[in-house]
Amino acid sequence: MTGGKNVTRKAFSWLDERFHLTPLIDFMRHKYVPVHRHTVWYYMGGVALFLFIVQVFSGILLVLYYQANENSAFESVRFIMTKVQFGWLIRSVHSWSANLMVFFVFVHMFSTFFTRAYRKPRELTWVSGFILLALALGFGFTGYLLPWNQLAFFATKVGTDIVGVVPFIGNAAKIVLRGGEDVTGATLSRFYAIHIAIIPAIFTIFLGLHLLFVQRQGMHEPEHVAALPAEKKKLIPFFPNFLLRDLLLWIVVLNVLLALAVFFPWELGEKADLFASAPAGIRPEWYFMFMFQTLKLLPAHVLFVEGEVLGILVFGLAGIAWMLVPFWRVKRRSHEPSRAMSIIGVVMILYIVGMTVIGYAR
Amino acid sequence: MALSRRQFLNLLLGGGVLGWLGSVIYPVISYLKPPKTPEATIQAVKAGLASEFPVNSAQIVKFGRRPVILIRTDAGDFRAFSATCTHLECIVQYRTDLKQIWCACHNGLYDLKGRNVSGPPPRPLEEYAVKIVADEINVTRSAGVGS
Repeated sequence: MTGGKNVTRKAFSWLDERFHLTPLIDFMRHKYVPVHRHTVWYYMGGVALFLFIVQVFSGILLVLYYQANENSAFESVRFIMTKVQFGWLIRSVHSWSANLMVFFVFVHMFSTFFTRAYRKPRELTWVSGFILLALALGFGFTGYLLPWNQLAFFATKVGTDIVGVVPFIGNAAKIVLRGGEDVTGATLSRFYAIHIAIIPAIFTIFLGLHLLFVQRQGMHEPEHVAALPAEKKKLIPFFPNFLLRDLLLWIVVLNVLLALAVFFPWELGEKADLFASAPAGIRPEWYFMFMFQTLKLLPAHVLFVEGEVLGILVFGLAGIAWMLVPFWRVKRRSHEPSRAMSIIGVVMILYIVGMTVIGYAR
Repeated sequence: MALSRRQFLNLLLGGGVLGWLGSVIYPVISYLKPPKTPEATIQAVKAGLASEFPVNSAQIVKFGRRPVILIRTDAGDFRAFSATCTHLECIVQYRTDLKQIWCACHNGLYDLKGRNVSGPPPRPLEEYAVKIVADEINVTRSAGVGS
């Protein structure tokens, strides 16, 4: 035992001498996490991060058998699910984890919004978080096509056509994204490249920045906690107390994920047919459902603008406005938390949940 | 206006950097644009025998790279339209219960003349001409349909 400890200590001092690790450890040791009734929300970002790590590992495993080709993509996923040992589990975990990750990113985002953690000095943490959300949706959209099934084929047709609606650059972007005029095998190759190389590279950069900002600035304290005198504030050290709680929750999430993957394995559906009618019940991933449903309800023309163009422009502008939330100037009465912001948040959630429910109910 | 040596060097350097960026970015952007693959201009396709095509039914016919929906109405006559929904490009289908053309993606409806009658589609479907020659169904481009 003592011998082992000695070796560890020697290895540490060897590294410390060269890389000056002590200040980093001191920094971690001096980082505290406030404890209050909203502490639970601090864990949501960590859960999303954990699910991202699961995605990276399960994704790497899938790449070993997957073949991104019009004639073999569907077959290779079927092969993974039926022939490869535990292939069904890996694929199911990847699909479930993707969905849970997007879910927890949303929870994390709204909890940040309602506790006003985006305010100065954390504006860029919010913006980088929004970019990560957009990239996560990009992951979902591109990954959805890869099994090359009927649902994914039409979802991709619709999704890329939406890109084409964007003024000026839309059509060129659509062609670049599709690898041609239509959704074909060329689109599959591009989406595969975007899914496993381009987005991961960009995501890693923004994730690094996001985490760096959080570490540098520490946890945000809600207003009612910040207003307390120092002796009334409850704090726990980040290392090891908070980190161990984080890890414990990750184990819980992993168990839930495995249970979902085992008991509700992800379906493969039918192979995409480029010349078949869109089947009834066509729908995108659930997190695009509210936009999909809105487009369904919009009439062909609103005044002189096509309904879809209007819908897509409004969603685009709303997205940009949401990214810039920290820079909004909303009038506040003294130190009261701004009510207008809460109302906007609640309306947004009601809209997203309402449209999603309607989308599934029909 | 006389340039100082520093300004001259900055200009040279700045220009060099811009030129270098351009020489990297231009080929990359060009590479991303897929080359145009020549599409054979198809003027007509055969779509089976009229006597074997049940009334009040439809099928999707490959017209080159484009899907075309061929419908036989209750009255027995044939109609053909582009099967690509004018809303967001899903492939439409014929609803035998409604006797209309329906797009499952966003619930768009077209009548049997291809006109958009309900839901989000902004434009009618392009019509194709159908001719029966010795019981064989021929679908051809109508005048006015884009090449």
